[in-house]
Amino acid sequence: MTDDPLAPVAPPVQLPPRLQGVEAVQSVRTPFRLEYHASSGQHMAAFLRAMKQKQILGERCPTTGQVFVPPRGVTPTSGLETTELVELPDTGYVESFCITRVPIPGRDDLELPYVSAWVVLDGASVGFIGLVAGIPADEVRLGLRVKAVWRPDEELRETADNIHHWAPTGEADVRIASYELIGAPGRPPAERQVRA
Amino acid sequence: MAKERCAVIGVGQTKYQSTRGDVSIAGLVREAALRALADAALEWDDIDAIVIGKAPDFFEGVMMPEIVLGEALGGVGKPVLRVHTAGSVGGSTAIVASTLVESGIHARVLALGFEKQSESNAMWALSLPQAFQTSINAGAGGYFAPIIRRYMAMSAAPELVGCLVAFKDRQHALANPYAHLHQPDLTFDQVVESPMLWDPIRYSETCPSSDGACAVVLASEAAAAVAPNPVAWIDATAMRSEANNFGGRNMVNPAASSMCVADLYAKAGITEPRREIDVVEMYVPFSWYEPMWLESLGFAEKGEGWRLVEDGTTRLGGALPVNTSGGVLSSNPIGASGMVRFAEAALQVRGMAGEHQVDGATRALGHAYGGGAQYFAMWIVSAAA
Amino acid sequence: MIDVAVVAYAARQQPVFDENEIEMMAPVIEDVRVATGLGPDDLDFTCSGSSDFLAGAAFSFVMTVDATRPVPPIVESHVEMDGAWALYEAWVKLQLGEAKTALIYGYGKSSPGSLRDVLATQLDPYAAGPLKADAFGIAGLQARYMLDAGDVTEARMAEIAARSMASAESNPLSIRKGTRRVEELLAEPYLHDPLRAHDVPARADGGAAVILATREVAERVCERPAWVRGIDHRMDIHHLGARDPRRAPSAAIAAQALAVTADKIDVAELDAPFTHQEALLATELGLDSEATTINPSGGSLCGHVMMGAGLTRIGEAAARIHRGEADRAVAHATSGPWLQQNLVAVMEG
Repeated sequence: MTDDPLAPVAPPVQLPPRLQGVEAVQSVRTPFRLEYHASSGQHMAAFLRAMKQKQILGERCPTTGQVFVPPRGVTPTSGLETTELVELPDTGYVESFCITRVPIPGRDDLELPYVSAWVVLDGASVGFIGLVAGIPADEVRLGLRVKAVWRPDEELRETADNIHHWAPTGEADVRIASYELIGAPGRPPAERQVRA
Repeated sequence: MAKERCAVIGVGQTKYQSTRGDVSIAGLVREAALRALADAALEWDDIDAIVIGKAPDFFEGVMMPEIVLGEALGGVGKPVLRVHTAGSVGGSTAIVASTLVESGIHARVLALGFEKQSESNAMWALSLPQAFQTSINAGAGGYFAPIIRRYMAMSAAPELVGCLVAFKDRQHALANPYAHLHQPDLTFDQVVESPMLWDPIRYSETCPSSDGACAVVLASEAAAAVAPNPVAWIDATAMRSEANNFGGRNMVNPAASSMCVADLYAKAGITEPRREIDVVEMYVPFSWYEPMWLESLGFAEKGEGWRLVEDGTTRLGGALPVNTSGGVLSSNPIGASGMVRFAEAALQVRGMAGEHQVDGATRALGHAYGGGAQYFAMWIVSAAA
Repeated sequence: MIDVAVVAYAARQQPVFDENEIEMMAPVIEDVRVATGLGPDDLDFTCSGSSDFLAGAAFSFVMTVDATRPVPPIVESHVEMDGAWALYEAWVKLQLGEAKTALIYGYGKSSPGSLRDVLATQLDPYAAGPLKADAFGIAGLQARYMLDAGDVTEARMAEIAARSMASAESNPLSIRKGTRRVEELLAEPYLHDPLRAHDVPARADGGAAVILATREVAERVCERPAWVRGIDHRMDIHHLGARDPRRAPSAAIAAQALAVTADKIDVAELDAPFTHQEALLATELGLDSEATTINPSGGSLCGHVMMGAGLTRIGEAAARIHRGEADRAVAHATSGPWLQQNLVAVMEG
């Protein structure tokens, strides 16, 4: 490609005489406000209600037995609707993490830097994101055992944010068996040969 | 029924920059399309169908913008499709367009990917609070940084491998007049010393936010025969999707990636990718994804991809140049980036990549991914008829 | 071309679904899998249609893909359009001779947001968008143009509504149904002059799923497959100032390309959310309303799912072929407040 990337490709617009010298509009700013009342769905609703009671619910896949948290009503390992909810403890380990130094929109309350981690609860097959605190950021490591620190009772609502952060329990680290595989080892069925 | 052959006969791009305030959305896409048509020596009327791809409409604040863009792309009276497969969309758009030719339905199809993300707020659009999820959504960097940490632990790679990739791609970009980031004074030390954003990802190891459009004209064998410039034949395409969270998921080398490329190589008859592929344009928005994708795409053994970075293999002039265009690390109009990879691969085998041409390249891999590293689109193009 | 048939169709439609999108669609997808005996391992390609702005979330289609069991990985794609265009993409894919089956779904929940505000973002952002004109008003303008030109009368619009609601009685999915006389309907007040309540679509949350299959599979899983003889889709100029509101040339071009009227059409399922739009489309497609039953399902007028209505029309037409109620059917899908983009499909038993 040898043409000049900054050269215009379209012929210049021919303005009618009465618009000669009139200032062109460079941009149009149209503020929109769209409000959505999202439905949590039946299983997520159960999860959120349980959250208010400081209880964590996961869903069990009817085909593979894997436990997903939070539950969304259909497990990707089955493609079928959830029929079984499972109570999980509020302890687990750090599967991985990063130390974030950029603010995110809407969370001015988060002091930088903060550690966002994937926490795998005991009994769960997958991790989910949470804040790790109560330990210097540079001491957080893969396999760190953590326990939920809940918001005070009077602040509990039907939200996953009831868990304020995850703090180290002081127990021995979990040994990460494989750095590639995440969560409790599951064995998804082998791929069928498709040429499509 | 045998598939029709399909070739890339025209490529057009816009100069990628953070804000294209000089054009409307229609102007932006038209610029890329006009360049692609000029490359193919075609007029609007020669195009039978149009496939547009872009990422979430919140990036521009216009719902289904292709509806009003159809006429800017000569789409009146023609079939127009709009694809959206997250970050891989530029690639999947080209693939969908190729099916229109390979099926024999159309002879000349315009495929275009774009994003004018300066119109809205990309950071906001990427961080939209997801109902009922914890609000600690740390954006794309916050999502991929933990995965990169796992790769680093698994491979025991030297800590600065990511910086080597970032520096390499910005050097490459200097030879690509369309690239967004042109940093002639950038030094390797500056990359290393740039602030950590999502440890272990530094600022300089992160892609920019760009406005831009990229278009390709795909043609049947008969239409390619009369094209004025060398063409790139599409040898194979493949797409795969998987869930982004389940027990035992390989996060570092997702099954959707390794199976997508296995399907791709099988279709293209490739058994030794290192030897048979001359140049790779892969989707690397955060530096460490280069060694990770090198492994997933079969160019290196597990845990060894970083060596190809460290020893210069993936530099222009090396044995397997990667992203001589500067890659996503140098330009990232999200909806177009996948298409840019596919188009750059085509430019290489057409011998039309200018200053960032890999000498003698006859076979190239174009790669795009999206979502939580769960959507993959890839193609192999070659110069041979 | 490779023979491809619609072998299964299922849908859900309700004014409001409390379920989230994936819970809403999982049963629909499961229904077509069960109807054909084709499980996730047997579906070679998946394609869906939906809209982020409708859902109020970026990458909103990602969540719903879990219902297709994407573990291990699947071959999957998505369009930010009505599911009818996802079906088109899948139909083309099956023409390549590799994939033999495809699952297609299209869906939308418009109840969480304000649909009129959401649709205002669909307008050209420079001249029309800032006016935030609402979709019903824009449709009303089109009806006014047609009425003033004599293309249609309010009585004809009411007839279309009455007929659709009567047909909808036998469709468990329909939102609006009943036996109403034209005179009764015409006595109702205007909602958006010249549109009355019966002239505008009955909004719904929901979605549809369809399975396409090539011959060897189709004949095995479906007693009377609905063979797709052709699909064509086109776009018109969109700008409200440049487009003749009384016409939808793209629909006419698509219909002509398919030779829709070359043979008798038993059933036509037209995606006409507004009554005057059915009249417009029937003209553009060259339909003979004496010979052809239009919208036996009640049509989009009696139950309109954003991003799903077009695919639902295809499914409803196919279902009538499956049941032996029709031998040749036409299905249509549209996009844009003035029908500026149209897809037409012809199917035969």
